[in-house]
Amino acid sequence: MPEKRVVLANCGVIDPEDIATYINRDGFKALKKALKLKAEPVIGEIKASGLRGRGGAGFPCGLKWDLARKAQGDEKYVICNADEGEVGTFKDRYILENDPFSLIEGIAIAGHAIGAKKAYIYLRAEYRFLLGLLEGAIAQTKKMGFLEHLDIEVRLGAGAYVCGEESALMDSIEGKRGEVRYRPPFPPTKGLWGKPTIINNVETLMNIPRIVLKGAEWFSGMGTEKSKGTKVFSVSGDVAKPGVYELVLGSSLKGLVEDLARAKKVQAVQVGGATGKIIPYSMMDTPLSFETILGAGAVTVFNESRDIIDIVYRTMEFLAEESCGKCAPCREGTEAMAGILERFSRGEGLEKDITVLGELADTMMLASMCGLGQAAPIPVMDSLQHFRGAYDNRIRQS
Amino acid sequence: MSKIGEGITPQSQEKRDLLVLLERAQSRSGYLSKRTIAGLAESLGLSISEVYGVATFYSFLSIKPQGRNVIRICKSLPCYLKNAQTIIEGVQREIGIKPGETTADGRFSFELTNCIGACDKAPAMMINDDVHGDLTPKKISQILKAYK
Repeated sequence: MPEKRVVLANCGVIDPEDIATYINRDGFKALKKALKLKAEPVIGEIKASGLRGRGGAGFPCGLKWDLARKAQGDEKYVICNADEGEVGTFKDRYILENDPFSLIEGIAIAGHAIGAKKAYIYLRAEYRFLLGLLEGAIAQTKKMGFLEHLDIEVRLGAGAYVCGEESALMDSIEGKRGEVRYRPPFPPTKGLWGKPTIINNVETLMNIPRIVLKGAEWFSGMGTEKSKGTKVFSVSGDVAKPGVYELVLGSSLKGLVEDLARAKKVQAVQVGGATGKIIPYSMMDTPLSFETILGAGAVTVFNESRDIIDIVYRTMEFLAEESCGKCAPCREGTEAMAGILERFSRGEGLEKDITVLGELADTMMLASMCGLGQAAPIPVMDSLQHFRGAYDNRIRQS
Repeated sequence: MSKIGEGITPQSQEKRDLLVLLERAQSRSGYLSKRTIAGLAESLGLSISEVYGVATFYSFLSIKPQGRNVIRICKSLPCYLKNAQTIIEGVQREIGIKPGETTADGRFSFELTNCIGACDKAPAMMINDDVHGDLTPKKISQILKAYK
């Protein structure tokens, strides 16, 4: 299966410390083009491209921008979400390491489109080693005169998975605990400091210069009906070649895992990180798209030697630890599920636990305040569906 | 009780940003003492509980004294699948302390952490801001030597 490098086109090609090498590859042409246009046609192009958010939720990017542009406000903000904390995800790190300039160009276009004068890149604390590179790239871009309309500042996180969630991220930039907000209002109308704000993932913004330069039609020519363009995947776990791979949306999971990452004797794959779906080998032909499975593109592979219950238990333990604690369904539900799964992993499960897991899942999915709690039961429910035998074998026989 | 952000314009808020100030204080003195927390609360017009709440929410902030170098070994699934346990045990043997502890000479603090985004080089760990990947128990002592 061939890779298709759109987002990653410059990675390994340009020198991330030298803006001249980026300009030689059509760098900042899209920004120049966008700045000559009014906001409407720029947003119109993004809307027509069908670009959807690459951070996992898949919200239409052009629509988000349009809401922020139309929102009343003397100040507006662009936030780039570089708080890549999803387990098994490292694509944004790879992008930042290799092509910070495309990201800056995407942010600059976004600022023009919504009428923002200030942008933040929220960089996770674990990626502090990239701070110098990123600030250097911003300084070079400014010096070349490309950032006269927008000030870009990098803000460091301080170690909290939930801050990748957009409302918790905004609270963190405001200097608070990264706790989730009630919505509505949504960020495009009331975001950072109550002002209209767009929050886009690194990879989403990387697509912007490409679309502005080559056109919506080119972009929407790739992918499936509801998933246009490409996606960058982070593949890890039981594979011979872990790494970052970019594929046209709609490509098969099997091709990615077996042909590109060279996995053998696959038992299951988790797509989308800690809250991602667990796909058994028998369903590996599933295409990767928003219609099926995607998330932020984390692909973790488990071979036949792995114990699925142990995997699901460890994942739930992680979610319980990272729950921000604001709402009860998530705070209590993740703890309760982790407790039950821990017992199963020791072979001490109870028959009624299966029912309790289902009840907890219903409540969490319905009533949690954000994606963490809403999606936390997914791997548990998937493992019950596809690997029920593993649970039955661990029910205490006495 | 005052709420963070209330009655403060975004401009002044940015300059007084609590998280940034906490991060700075932490990198200056290695941890956030009770005195630092109370001092920040007073100068920002916040309650101590609000400042304490932020200081204890983030895993990179610490209210306990830290060693000069902080080792964080990733315990998340992709590293676990690549035998992170042997790295955890190796570091434990090498510096003689368990996760959550600091060596008596103040050279190292040792923690387990969640995914650090280095799954393509699992098992991986961070020491301060540096990422070390593709670890084996044999590599540990050589890596630690560089941190005094």
